[in-house]
Amino acid sequence: MQFQFANQGLAWSDAYFLAQGLLNTVRLAVTATIIGTLAGIVLGWLRTVSVTMRIATSPFIDILRSVPMIIQLILANSFLSILGFGASPFWFGTFALSAWMAAVTAEVVRAGLLSVPVQYRKSARSLGMNGFQELVHISMPLAFRTALTPWIGLVLSLIKDSALAGVVGYVEYMRATQILITRTHETWLLLIGAGLFYFIICYPVSRYSRRLERKIVV
Amino acid sequence: MIEIKDVRKTFGILAVLKGINLDVNKGELLCLIGASGSGKSTLLQCINGLEPIQGGEIIVDGISVHDPKTNINMLRRKLGIVFQQYNAFPHLTALENVALAPRVVAKRGRKEALALAQKHLDHVGLGNKADSLPSQMSGGQQQRLAIARALAMEPSYMLFDEVTSALDPELVGEVLETMRLLKSEGMTMVVVTHDINFARESADRVAFLHQGEVCEIGTAEEVIDNPQKEQTQKFLRREKRKPLEVA
Repeated sequence: MQFQFANQGLAWSDAYFLAQGLLNTVRLAVTATIIGTLAGIVLGWLRTVSVTMRIATSPFIDILRSVPMIIQLILANSFLSILGFGASPFWFGTFALSAWMAAVTAEVVRAGLLSVPVQYRKSARSLGMNGFQELVHISMPLAFRTALTPWIGLVLSLIKDSALAGVVGYVEYMRATQILITRTHETWLLLIGAGLFYFIICYPVSRYSRRLERKIVV
Repeated sequence: MIEIKDVRKTFGILAVLKGINLDVNKGELLCLIGASGSGKSTLLQCINGLEPIQGGEIIVDGISVHDPKTNINMLRRKLGIVFQQYNAFPHLTALENVALAPRVVAKRGRKEALALAQKHLDHVGLGNKADSLPSQMSGGQQQRLAIARALAMEPSYMLFDEVTSALDPELVGEVLETMRLLKSEGMTMVVVTHDINFARESADRVAFLHQGEVCEIGTAEEVIDNPQKEQTQKFLRREKRKPLEVA
Protein backbone atom coordinates (compact mmCIF):
# COMPACT_ATOMS: atom_id res chain seq x y z
CA MET A 1 0.00 0.00 0.00
CA GLN A 2 1.24 3.39 -0.86
CA PHE A 3 0.62 6.40 1.30
CA GLN A 4 1.29 10.08 0.75
CA PHE A 5 1.83 13.11 3.03
CA ALA A 6 -0.72 15.78 2.76
CA ASN A 7 0.40 19.30 1.73
CA GLN A 8 3.79 18.24 0.60
CA GLY A 9 4.66 21.35 -1.39
CA LEU A 10 4.81 24.92 -0.17
CA ALA A 11 1.39 26.41 0.35
CA TRP A 12 0.15 29.91 1.12
CA SER A 13 -0.67 28.87 4.66
CA ASP A 14 3.05 28.37 5.18
CA ALA A 15 3.56 32.10 4.73
CA TYR A 16 1.55 32.64 7.87
CA PHE A 17 3.73 30.10 9.68
CA LEU A 18 6.88 31.92 8.53
CA ALA A 19 5.46 35.30 9.48
CA GLN A 20 4.97 34.01 12.99
CA GLY A 21 8.56 32.83 13.07
CA LEU A 22 9.64 36.23 11.84
CA LEU A 23 7.72 37.96 14.59
CA ASN A 24 9.26 35.60 17.14
CA THR A 25 12.78 36.40 15.94
CA VAL A 26 12.12 40.12 16.25
CA ARG A 27 10.61 39.66 19.71
CA LEU A 28 13.57 37.62 20.88
CA ALA A 29 16.21 39.95 19.43
CA VAL A 30 14.58 43.13 20.73
CA THR A 31 14.03 41.77 24.25
CA ALA A 32 17.54 40.34 24.52
CA THR A 33 19.07 43.56 23.15
CA ILE A 34 17.28 45.71 25.71
CA ILE A 35 17.90 43.47 28.73
CA GLY A 36 21.46 42.62 27.69
CA THR A 37 22.42 46.23 26.98
CA LEU A 38 21.06 47.59 30.25
CA ALA A 39 22.76 44.83 32.23
CA GLY A 40 25.93 45.33 30.18
CA ILE A 41 26.06 49.05 30.95
CA VAL A 42 25.87 48.39 34.69
CA LEU A 43 28.36 45.54 34.45
CA GLY A 44 30.76 47.54 32.28
CA TRP A 45 30.64 50.46 34.67
CA LEU A 46 31.25 48.16 37.64
CA ARG A 47 34.31 46.83 35.86
CA THR A 48 35.85 50.31 35.75
CA VAL A 49 35.18 50.99 39.43
CA SER A 50 37.84 48.81 41.04
CA VAL A 51 40.24 45.98 40.38
CA THR A 52 38.31 43.73 42.75
CA MET A 53 35.15 44.28 40.74
CA ARG A 54 36.97 43.55 37.54
CA ILE A 55 38.35 40.28 38.87
CA ALA A 56 35.01 39.31 40.39
CA THR A 57 33.13 39.78 37.13
CA SER A 58 35.81 38.29 34.88
CA PRO A 59 34.64 34.63 34.92
CA PHE A 60 31.16 35.64 33.80
CA ILE A 61 32.50 37.78 30.99
CA ASP A 62 35.19 35.36 29.84
CA ILE A 63 32.97 32.27 29.78
CA LEU A 64 30.10 33.94 27.97
CA ARG A 65 32.41 35.51 25.42
CA SER A 66 34.29 32.32 24.61
CA VAL A 67 31.68 29.53 24.66
CA PRO A 68 29.68 29.10 21.43
CA MET A 69 26.14 30.38 21.62
CA ILE A 70 24.57 27.03 20.76
CA ILE A 71 26.24 25.39 23.77
CA GLN A 72 25.19 28.26 26.02
CA LEU A 73 21.61 27.89 24.89
CA ILE A 74 21.52 24.16 25.57
CA LEU A 75 23.25 24.59 28.94
CA ALA A 76 20.95 27.46 29.94
CA ASN A 77 17.99 25.33 28.99
CA SER A 78 19.13 22.34 31.05
CA PHE A 79 20.41 24.45 33.91
CA LEU A 80 17.21 26.45 34.30
CA SER A 81 15.08 23.31 33.98
CA ILE A 82 17.10 21.55 36.69
CA LEU A 83 16.65 24.57 38.93
CA GLY A 84 12.95 24.22 38.32
CA PHE A 85 12.28 27.34 36.29
CA GLY A 86 9.56 26.06 34.04
CA ALA A 87 9.78 29.00 31.71
CA SER A 88 8.70 29.12 28.09
CA PRO A 89 11.22 28.54 25.28
CA PHE A 90 11.02 32.28 24.64
CA TRP A 91 12.41 33.06 28.08
CA PHE A 92 15.10 30.38 27.85
CA GLY A 93 16.26 31.94 24.60
CA THR A 94 16.01 35.46 26.00
CA PHE A 95 17.95 34.44 29.09
CA ALA A 96 20.86 32.97 27.16
CA LEU A 97 21.02 35.72 24.55
CA SER A 98 20.71 38.51 27.14
CA ALA A 99 23.48 37.02 29.26
CA TRP A 100 25.76 36.91 26.23
CA MET A 101 24.75 40.44 25.22
CA ALA A 102 25.42 41.71 28.75
CA ALA A 103 28.90 40.18 28.78
CA VAL A 104 29.98 41.57 25.42
CA THR A 105 28.31 44.96 25.97
CA ALA A 106 30.08 45.26 29.33
CA GLU A 107 33.46 45.16 27.63
CA VAL A 108 32.40 47.72 25.03
CA VAL A 109 31.07 50.01 27.77
CA ARG A 110 34.23 49.56 29.81
CA ALA A 111 36.40 50.44 26.82
CA GLY A 112 34.20 53.47 26.15
CA LEU A 113 34.46 54.71 29.72
CA LEU A 114 38.22 54.19 29.78
CA SER A 115 38.55 56.18 26.57
CA VAL A 116 37.19 59.34 28.25
CA PRO A 117 40.22 61.59 28.81
CA VAL A 118 40.89 62.03 32.50
CA GLN A 119 41.04 65.82 32.20
CA TYR A 120 37.32 66.04 31.41
CA ARG A 121 36.52 64.01 34.49
CA LYS A 122 38.85 66.17 36.57
CA SER A 123 37.21 69.33 35.24
CA ALA A 124 33.79 68.01 36.09
CA ARG A 125 34.84 67.09 39.61
CA SER A 126 36.52 70.47 40.06
CA LEU A 127 33.16 72.14 39.37
CA GLY A 128 31.74 70.32 42.37
CA MET A 129 30.06 67.38 40.61
CA ASN A 130 30.08 64.14 42.56
CA GLY A 131 31.18 60.89 40.94
CA PHE A 132 27.68 59.93 39.84
CA GLN A 133 26.91 63.34 38.30
CA GLU A 134 30.21 63.21 36.46
CA LEU A 135 29.38 59.72 35.17
CA VAL A 136 25.93 60.70 33.92
CA HIS A 137 26.76 64.08 32.40
CA ILE A 138 30.32 63.65 31.16
CA SER A 139 31.68 60.11 31.03
CA MET A 140 28.56 58.35 29.76
CA PRO A 141 27.82 60.74 26.86
CA LEU A 142 31.47 60.70 25.80
CA ALA A 143 31.75 56.92 26.16
CA PHE A 144 28.58 56.54 24.09
CA ARG A 145 30.33 58.00 21.06
CA THR A 146 33.16 55.53 21.26
CA ALA A 147 30.96 52.58 22.11
CA LEU A 148 28.19 53.08 19.57
CA THR A 149 29.89 51.48 16.55
CA PRO A 150 31.10 48.31 18.29
CA TRP A 151 27.77 48.03 20.09
CA ILE A 152 25.86 48.03 16.78
CA GLY A 153 28.14 45.20 15.70
CA LEU A 154 27.04 43.28 18.78
CA VAL A 155 23.37 43.89 18.03
CA LEU A 156 23.85 42.50 14.52
CA SER A 157 25.60 39.44 15.97
CA LEU A 158 22.77 38.99 18.42
CA ILE A 159 20.13 39.11 15.69
CA LYS A 160 21.97 36.41 13.76
CA ASP A 161 22.66 34.30 16.86
CA SER A 162 18.99 34.38 17.73
CA ALA A 163 18.64 31.88 14.86
CA LEU A 164 20.10 29.32 17.25
CA ALA A 165 17.28 29.68 19.76
CA GLY A 166 15.52 26.93 17.86
CA VAL A 167 17.56 24.38 19.82
CA VAL A 168 15.61 25.19 22.98
CA GLY A 169 12.36 24.71 21.13
CA TYR A 170 11.61 28.31 20.28
CA VAL A 171 10.13 28.53 16.81
CA GLU A 172 11.78 31.64 15.47
CA TYR A 173 12.33 32.30 11.79
CA MET A 174 15.21 29.88 11.28
CA ARG A 175 13.44 27.08 13.09
CA ALA A 176 10.29 27.72 11.10
CA THR A 177 12.36 27.54 7.93
CA GLN A 178 13.90 24.23 8.98
CA ILE A 179 10.50 22.74 9.73
CA LEU A 180 9.27 23.73 6.31
CA ILE A 181 12.40 22.35 4.64
CA THR A 182 11.89 19.01 6.33
CA ARG A 183 8.37 18.80 5.01
CA THR A 184 8.74 20.29 1.55
CA HIS A 185 12.38 19.76 0.62
CA GLU A 186 12.36 23.26 -0.88
CA THR A 187 15.80 23.81 0.69
CA TRP A 188 17.15 26.44 -1.66
CA LEU A 189 14.12 28.62 -1.82
CA LEU A 190 13.53 28.63 1.92
CA LEU A 191 17.15 29.22 2.90
CA ILE A 192 17.55 32.05 0.42
CA GLY A 193 14.36 33.50 1.87
CA ALA A 194 15.78 33.20 5.40
CA GLY A 195 19.09 34.77 4.41
CA LEU A 196 17.28 37.60 2.72
CA PHE A 197 15.14 38.13 5.79
CA TYR A 198 18.14 38.42 8.14
CA PHE A 199 19.74 40.82 5.70
CA ILE A 200 16.59 42.92 5.61
CA ILE A 201 16.55 43.39 9.37
CA CYS A 202 20.31 43.80 9.83
CA TYR A 203 20.98 46.20 6.97
CA PRO A 204 18.76 49.07 8.20
CA VAL A 205 20.29 48.74 11.66
CA SER A 206 23.80 49.19 10.31
CA ARG A 207 22.68 51.97 7.93
CA TYR A 208 20.97 53.83 10.72
CA SER A 209 24.03 53.50 12.96
CA ARG A 210 26.23 54.99 10.27
CA ARG A 211 23.93 58.00 10.08
CA LEU A 212 23.90 58.33 13.83
CA GLU A 213 27.69 58.16 13.97
CA ARG A 214 28.04 60.97 11.47
CA LYS A 215 25.66 63.05 13.52
CA ILE A 216 27.43 62.70 16.85
CA VAL A 217 31.04 62.71 15.70
CA VAL A 218 32.91 65.76 16.93
CA MET B 1 41.54 83.02 52.95
CA ILE B 2 43.53 79.95 51.94
CA GLU B 3 46.02 78.69 54.50
CA ILE B 4 48.57 76.13 53.40
CA LYS B 5 50.34 74.60 56.38
CA ASP B 6 53.36 72.36 56.06
CA VAL B 7 51.86 70.47 53.11
CA ARG B 8 53.70 67.34 52.05
CA LYS B 9 52.94 65.26 49.00
CA THR B 10 54.67 62.25 47.54
CA PHE B 11 54.17 60.22 44.40
CA GLY B 12 55.53 56.85 45.52
CA ILE B 13 59.05 57.58 46.75
CA LEU B 14 59.22 60.92 44.96
CA ALA B 15 58.59 63.85 47.31
CA VAL B 16 56.89 66.57 45.27
CA LEU B 17 55.95 68.97 48.06
CA LYS B 18 58.27 69.07 51.06
CA GLY B 19 56.43 71.15 53.60
CA ILE B 20 54.85 74.14 51.90
CA ASN B 21 53.67 77.07 54.01
CA LEU B 22 51.71 79.75 52.22
CA ASP B 23 48.74 82.02 52.79
CA VAL B 24 46.52 83.47 50.13
CA ASN B 25 44.74 86.60 51.30
CA LYS B 26 41.31 87.67 50.17
CA GLY B 27 41.44 89.81 47.04
CA GLU B 28 45.06 89.24 46.15
CA LEU B 29 46.64 87.72 43.07
CA LEU B 30 49.38 85.31 44.03
CA CYS B 31 51.63 83.99 41.28
CA LEU B 32 53.46 80.72 41.69
CA ILE B 33 56.57 80.52 39.54
CA GLY B 34 59.28 77.91 39.30
CA ALA B 35 60.86 75.37 37.00
CA SER B 36 58.96 72.37 35.68
CA GLY B 37 58.69 69.77 38.41
CA SER B 38 59.00 72.29 41.23
CA GLY B 39 55.54 71.28 42.45
CA LYS B 40 53.50 74.38 41.61
CA SER B 41 50.78 72.64 39.58
CA THR B 42 50.57 69.85 42.12
CA LEU B 43 50.11 72.38 44.91
CA LEU B 44 47.26 74.01 42.99
CA GLN B 45 45.46 70.71 42.54
CA CYS B 46 45.93 69.95 46.23
CA ILE B 47 44.15 73.19 47.14
CA ASN B 48 41.16 71.94 45.14
CA GLY B 49 41.32 68.49 46.71
CA LEU B 50 41.92 66.89 43.31
CA GLU B 51 45.18 65.49 44.68
CA PRO B 52 45.47 63.89 48.13
CA ILE B 53 48.25 65.05 50.44
CA GLN B 54 50.42 62.99 52.77
CA GLY B 55 51.01 65.60 55.45
CA GLY B 56 50.02 69.05 56.63
CA GLU B 57 46.77 70.82 56.05
CA ILE B 58 45.07 73.16 53.59
CA ILE B 59 42.33 75.35 55.02
CA VAL B 60 39.94 77.30 52.82
CA ASP B 61 37.75 79.78 54.68
CA GLY B 62 38.21 77.77 57.85
CA ILE B 63 37.40 74.41 56.23
CA SER B 64 40.08 71.74 55.97
CA VAL B 65 40.20 70.49 52.37
CA HIS B 66 41.56 67.01 53.03
CA ASP B 67 39.54 66.27 56.16
CA PRO B 68 37.46 63.17 55.30
CA LYS B 69 34.49 64.80 57.03
CA THR B 70 34.60 67.79 54.67
CA ASN B 71 32.00 67.84 51.92
CA ILE B 72 34.56 68.32 49.18
CA ASN B 73 31.98 68.84 46.42
CA MET B 74 30.47 71.69 48.41
CA LEU B 75 33.89 73.19 49.07
CA ARG B 76 34.90 72.97 45.40
CA ARG B 77 32.11 75.37 44.53
CA LYS B 78 34.21 78.03 46.26
CA LEU B 79 37.31 77.12 44.26
CA GLY B 80 37.19 77.56 40.51
CA ILE B 81 40.08 75.98 38.63
CA VAL B 82 41.24 76.32 35.04
CA PHE B 83 43.73 73.82 33.65
CA GLN B 84 46.54 74.00 31.14
CA GLN B 85 44.72 71.75 28.69
CA TYR B 86 41.51 73.56 27.86
CA ASN B 87 38.97 71.02 28.97
CA ALA B 88 35.73 72.26 27.49
CA PHE B 89 33.34 69.30 27.40
CA PRO B 90 33.37 68.37 23.71
CA HIS B 91 29.78 67.11 23.54
CA LEU B 92 28.24 70.34 24.82
CA THR B 93 27.92 73.79 23.27
CA ALA B 94 29.67 76.70 24.94
CA LEU B 95 26.45 77.73 26.65
CA GLU B 96 25.73 74.20 27.89
CA ASN B 97 29.32 73.86 29.10
CA VAL B 98 28.85 76.84 31.37
CA ALA B 99 25.27 76.01 32.40
CA LEU B 100 25.94 72.38 33.31
CA ALA B 101 27.40 72.79 36.79
CA PRO B 102 24.92 75.48 37.92
CA ARG B 103 22.12 73.16 36.82
CA VAL B 104 23.47 69.85 38.14
CA VAL B 105 25.50 70.95 41.15
CA ALA B 106 23.83 74.18 42.28
CA LYS B 107 20.38 72.81 41.29
CA ARG B 108 19.28 75.93 39.50
CA GLY B 109 16.41 75.79 37.05
CA ARG B 110 17.23 75.26 33.39
CA LYS B 111 16.20 78.74 32.31
CA GLU B 112 18.02 80.41 35.16
CA ALA B 113 21.18 78.39 34.51
CA LEU B 114 21.16 79.25 30.81
CA ALA B 115 20.70 82.94 31.55
CA LEU B 116 23.54 82.80 34.06
CA ALA B 117 25.72 80.98 31.52
CA GLN B 118 25.01 83.62 28.87
CA LYS B 119 25.98 86.32 31.35
CA HIS B 120 29.31 84.66 32.05
CA LEU B 121 29.99 84.03 28.37
CA ASP B 122 29.35 87.71 27.70
CA HIS B 123 31.70 88.54 30.53
CA VAL B 124 34.65 86.73 28.95
CA GLY B 125 33.75 88.04 25.50
CA LEU B 126 32.23 84.85 24.11
CA GLY B 127 28.63 86.01 24.01
CA ASN B 128 28.38 85.33 20.27
CA LYS B 129 29.81 81.81 20.63
CA ALA B 130 27.04 80.44 22.85
CA ASP B 131 25.90 77.82 20.33
CA SER B 132 29.36 76.79 19.14
CA LEU B 133 30.88 73.45 20.03
CA PRO B 134 34.38 73.54 21.55
CA SER B 135 35.73 71.94 18.36
CA GLN B 136 34.62 75.04 16.46
CA MET B 137 36.51 77.38 18.78
CA SER B 138 40.16 78.40 18.98
CA GLY B 139 42.36 77.42 21.90
CA GLY B 140 42.13 80.89 23.39
CA GLN B 141 38.35 80.87 23.14
CA GLN B 142 38.18 77.43 24.73
CA GLN B 143 40.36 78.62 27.57
CA ARG B 144 38.13 81.64 28.13
CA LEU B 145 35.18 79.26 28.02
CA ALA B 146 36.83 77.23 30.78
CA ILE B 147 37.19 80.44 32.82
CA ALA B 148 33.51 81.30 32.30
CA ARG B 149 32.53 77.77 33.27
CA ALA B 150 34.43 78.04 36.54
CA LEU B 151 33.04 81.52 37.23
CA ALA B 152 29.47 80.33 36.76
CA MET B 153 29.70 78.51 40.09
CA GLU B 154 30.42 81.92 41.62
CA PRO B 155 33.60 80.84 43.39
CA SER B 156 35.44 82.92 45.98
CA TYR B 157 38.80 81.85 44.60
CA MET B 158 40.10 81.14 41.12
CA LEU B 159 43.05 78.82 40.55
CA PHE B 160 44.87 78.99 37.21
CA ASP B 161 47.19 76.15 36.26
CA GLU B 162 49.50 77.34 33.45
CA VAL B 163 46.47 78.35 31.43
CA THR B 164 48.46 79.91 28.60
CA SER B 165 51.16 77.26 28.23
CA ALA B 166 49.31 75.16 25.66
CA LEU B 167 48.20 78.15 23.57
CA ASP B 168 49.63 79.49 20.36
CA PRO B 169 51.47 82.74 21.14
CA GLU B 170 48.95 84.93 19.34
CA LEU B 171 46.13 83.55 21.53
CA VAL B 172 47.82 84.16 24.88
CA GLY B 173 46.85 87.82 25.03
CA GLU B 174 43.09 87.34 25.11
CA VAL B 175 43.31 84.88 28.00
CA LEU B 176 45.61 87.12 30.03
CA GLU B 177 43.25 90.01 29.31
CA THR B 178 40.39 88.01 30.82
CA MET B 179 42.48 87.27 33.89
CA ARG B 180 43.33 90.96 34.30
CA LEU B 181 39.62 91.69 34.09
CA LEU B 182 38.95 89.28 36.96
CA LYS B 183 41.69 90.85 39.02
CA SER B 184 40.25 94.32 38.45
CA GLU B 185 36.95 92.99 39.80
CA GLY B 186 38.64 91.93 43.00
CA MET B 187 38.72 88.15 42.51
CA THR B 188 41.19 86.25 44.69
CA MET B 189 43.48 84.36 42.34
CA VAL B 190 46.29 81.85 42.55
CA VAL B 191 48.09 81.71 39.22
CA VAL B 192 50.69 79.14 38.28
CA THR B 193 52.57 80.61 35.35
CA HIS B 194 55.71 80.57 33.29
CA ASP B 195 54.90 84.06 32.09
CA ILE B 196 57.25 86.22 34.13
CA ASN B 197 55.95 89.40 32.51
CA PHE B 198 52.42 88.64 33.57
CA ALA B 199 53.61 87.90 37.10
CA ARG B 200 55.54 91.16 37.25
CA GLU B 201 52.72 93.39 36.09
CA SER B 202 49.71 91.68 37.69
CA ALA B 203 50.76 89.81 40.82
CA ASP B 204 50.37 91.29 44.28
CA ARG B 205 52.76 88.67 45.52
CA VAL B 206 54.99 86.14 43.83
CA ALA B 207 56.16 82.86 45.29
CA PHE B 208 59.10 81.05 43.76
CA LEU B 209 58.96 77.30 44.26
CA HIS B 210 62.09 75.20 44.04
CA GLN B 211 62.13 71.42 44.44
CA GLY B 212 58.95 71.26 46.45
CA GLU B 213 59.62 74.17 48.77
CA VAL B 214 58.80 77.86 48.80
CA CYS B 215 62.22 79.29 48.10
CA GLU B 216 61.32 82.96 48.02
CA ILE B 217 58.12 84.94 48.46
CA GLY B 218 57.32 88.62 48.32
CA THR B 219 56.02 91.36 46.08
CA ALA B 220 56.72 91.15 42.35
CA GLU B 221 59.43 93.82 42.65
CA GLU B 222 61.14 91.91 45.46
CA VAL B 223 61.09 88.45 43.92
CA ILE B 224 61.35 89.16 40.20
CA ASP B 225 63.34 92.37 40.01
CA ASN B 226 65.48 91.91 43.07
CA PRO B 227 65.72 88.21 43.96
CA GLN B 228 67.75 87.38 47.04
CA LYS B 229 68.21 83.62 46.69
CA GLU B 230 70.64 82.11 44.24
CA GLN B 231 68.10 79.60 42.87
CA THR B 232 65.64 82.38 42.11
CA GLN B 233 68.28 84.41 40.28
CA LYS B 234 69.31 81.38 38.24
CA PHE B 235 65.73 80.57 37.33
CA LEU B 236 64.91 84.13 36.30
CA ARG B 237 68.03 84.40 34.20
CA ARG B 238 67.03 81.24 32.34
CA GLU B 239 63.48 82.47 31.84
CA LYS B 240 64.63 85.84 30.49
CA ARG B 241 66.68 84.16 27.83
CA LYS B 242 63.55 82.57 26.40
CA PRO B 243 61.83 84.46 23.57
CA LEU B 244 59.25 86.88 24.88
CA GLU B 245 55.66 85.79 24.68
CA VAL B 246 53.28 88.07 22.84
CA ALA B 247 51.14 89.52 25.55
